[in-house]
Amino acid sequence: MEELLAARLQMAISLGWHIIFACIGMAMPFFMAFAEWKWMKTKDQVFLDLAKSWSKGVAIFFAVGAVSGTLLSFELGLLWPKFMEHAGPIFGMPFSMEGTAFFVEAIALGVFLYGWDRIAPIAHWISGLIVGISGVMSGIFVVAANAWMNSPAGFDFVNGEYINIDPIAAMFNEAWFTQALHMTFAAFASTGFAVAGVHAIMLLRGHKIKFHKEALKIALIFSLIAAFAMPITGDLAAKDVAKRQPAKLAAMEAHYHTTKNAPLIIGGIPDDVNQKVDYAIEIPGGLSFLAHGDFNAEVIGLDQFSEEERPPVAVVHFAFQIMVGLGTIMMLISILYFYMMWRKWDLINNKWWLRILAIATPIGFIALEAGWTVTEVGRQPWIIYGVMKTKDALTPMPGIQYSLFTIVTVYLMLTLTVVWLMFRQIKSIHQKYNEE
Amino acid sequence: MIYAELVMIVLGISLVLYMILGGADFGAGIIEIFTGDKGNSTISKAMAPVWEANHMWLIIAIVILFNGFPKAYVILSTNLHIPVLIFLIAIVLRGAAFTFRHYDAYHDDSQVIYSKIFRYSSLVAVFFLGITISAFFGGTIPSTSSANFTDLYISPWFNLFSLSVGVFLVILAAYIAAIFLLGELETDGGYHLLSKFCKRLFLLSVIFGTAIFISSYLEGLSFHTTFISHRLSILTGVLATILIPIVFKMIRQKRIWNLRIIVGLQITLIMTGWFIIQWPNLVVFSDGSFLSIYDAASPRITMKVLFIALAIGVVIIFPSLYYLFKLFKSDSNLNVN
Repeated sequence: MEELLAARLQMAISLGWHIIFACIGMAMPFFMAFAEWKWMKTKDQVFLDLAKSWSKGVAIFFAVGAVSGTLLSFELGLLWPKFMEHAGPIFGMPFSMEGTAFFVEAIALGVFLYGWDRIAPIAHWISGLIVGISGVMSGIFVVAANAWMNSPAGFDFVNGEYINIDPIAAMFNEAWFTQALHMTFAAFASTGFAVAGVHAIMLLRGHKIKFHKEALKIALIFSLIAAFAMPITGDLAAKDVAKRQPAKLAAMEAHYHTTKNAPLIIGGIPDDVNQKVDYAIEIPGGLSFLAHGDFNAEVIGLDQFSEEERPPVAVVHFAFQIMVGLGTIMMLISILYFYMMWRKWDLINNKWWLRILAIATPIGFIALEAGWTVTEVGRQPWIIYGVMKTKDALTPMPGIQYSLFTIVTVYLMLTLTVVWLMFRQIKSIHQKYNEE
Repeated sequence: MIYAELVMIVLGISLVLYMILGGADFGAGIIEIFTGDKGNSTISKAMAPVWEANHMWLIIAIVILFNGFPKAYVILSTNLHIPVLIFLIAIVLRGAAFTFRHYDAYHDDSQVIYSKIFRYSSLVAVFFLGITISAFFGGTIPSTSSANFTDLYISPWFNLFSLSVGVFLVILAAYIAAIFLLGELETDGGYHLLSKFCKRLFLLSVIFGTAIFISSYLEGLSFHTTFISHRLSILTGVLATILIPIVFKMIRQKRIWNLRIIVGLQITLIMTGWFIIQWPNLVVFSDGSFLSIYDAASPRITMKVLFIALAIGVVIIFPSLYYLFKLFKSDSNLNVN
């Protein structure tokens, strides 16, 4: 296998894997804190059980996320040493702040998990909230560093030298806000849909206990609000991409030719050789409007970039379609929910509603992975957009495929184990409630 | 370049804390290899609330390294790619296995597998951590990038010197864990057993501490001569050794917290001895040249911002950490008496 491909695959798999655990670590503490808050208010044992069993899930996901994150902080150098040599001094600041946030998260989680009988309920609840807040902060810092790769700032690149470094300007680069905002909501939407889906499946399977009903309600509150925010924040992010990374936008839309009144291309199969998209639905002027807020605006196409400076069009286009498609479905589910709530339907006992949620279990995470594919593959061939190419950052050490195989094996094993552990957690809940 | 020095000191402190706190955690896994399932519940109970926080020091250290001293980070991740990767995979496996063991809803046969993975990957992790660290001061890394695969990526860490540092670190970690766990035991029999174990580890640490010097001589490296030429590092070595009988006495008297502090001091002394030899160099190359902290440091503005970020971090982290340890570790003494 080619070294560059092996390194890119290893990075993609490590990141794609870590992101799932990181997102659950961001969103789920809020679910458990919410459940604990309900318990403090109602004194209903169900909420305490819920807070405790969700916290066990958080513990497992946080631990695996933390160790895989440690691996990642080294992998940046193991795979891309030349990138880190130059980028480290510039974009390192959010990472050093992330270190603190992550540390606080670990401490607060220790207090939450083991402090049930040792501290006052309100202090305990606050520790849970701190887990969530510092988790979200960590996420924002890391995304800010990623945004810098898309939108390099805080230095001048003169004759191959990186001068006039300003780490603060680098952190607050143009892309950080829209990316971090979109990502934070994505964490809540994807985790929320997954959690709601699992509890919906349990209800459908006949475990009609209050535990699952309340769990479902809490997860829905978060996920449906987030699902509503996704298209809005996504639009902000896309407008930003249109301005800064026209090649990425062009690849997302498989937009080959620079035109005014550019159509929005939905679906289809990009054909790089003939520079066209087959079998697509086109909405005239749609892309111009979405990218620049004007139906007649000119949208830069891939023709403005040489072959070497274009991202892989098909991958980015498909990933973008998947993300937008699933995002739309999630928003429709959200609208359906609020409509039915308004009409006062008995949703929690409605089989069709539960079926919809059950089917929707993985779609948040699929959309999340697709979204990251758009961001990362869409930046190619650059590792620092417009400054350094990915191939020039590659480690000189040969044989990366072996480390790729090792990582894949380890992560596959861990994935299977975590899924199995989750089944066992749920089974133990049912046993507990059946005994009573 | 005052900021480079300040940041380096914070990095040093993070490493010492990682060695003590993370070391206790790794060591707990190593001890379990010998105690088997008898020690399992004590170790899980003692480590569970704090182990995640103990490993955060590694993240802090690595972030400082790539933000503040990127050239050293690059050497770490290219020449030492293989041991670093093995260390990391072991960290992933042991962390996951420890959590699975603790949180699995059912305690059945799968516990055996979790335990096995936790124990042996703890051992592997510390061993390769030692190997990796040794290459920084051993003078085994070539200063050029034009050499063959073995010279560039294998011999910097696969040599007698590195292996003996690896073994030494394994013993050190087991020792730290044994001392820490003394305060967590609920029976006198266990206390007696573990204190005997501590004494054996003393003997081993002296043997393998000496082995480091001998292997440096055998491999034709400069470590043993450099060590002798630094009076302060000799002093730290002597002090760490002098503390041994005091530790013995305190084990007998069951003065758990004093014991922990003294052992923390011993580790700090050993690490300080290493830092004194290194200063102001981050990497010693095989041809005798150096990469100093000034050569490796990021531009001044980065160091300044990094230092401020770290200072804010310290203000947040230390009180939180104090609270965590007070909450879960303040009643340790009660268990013994």
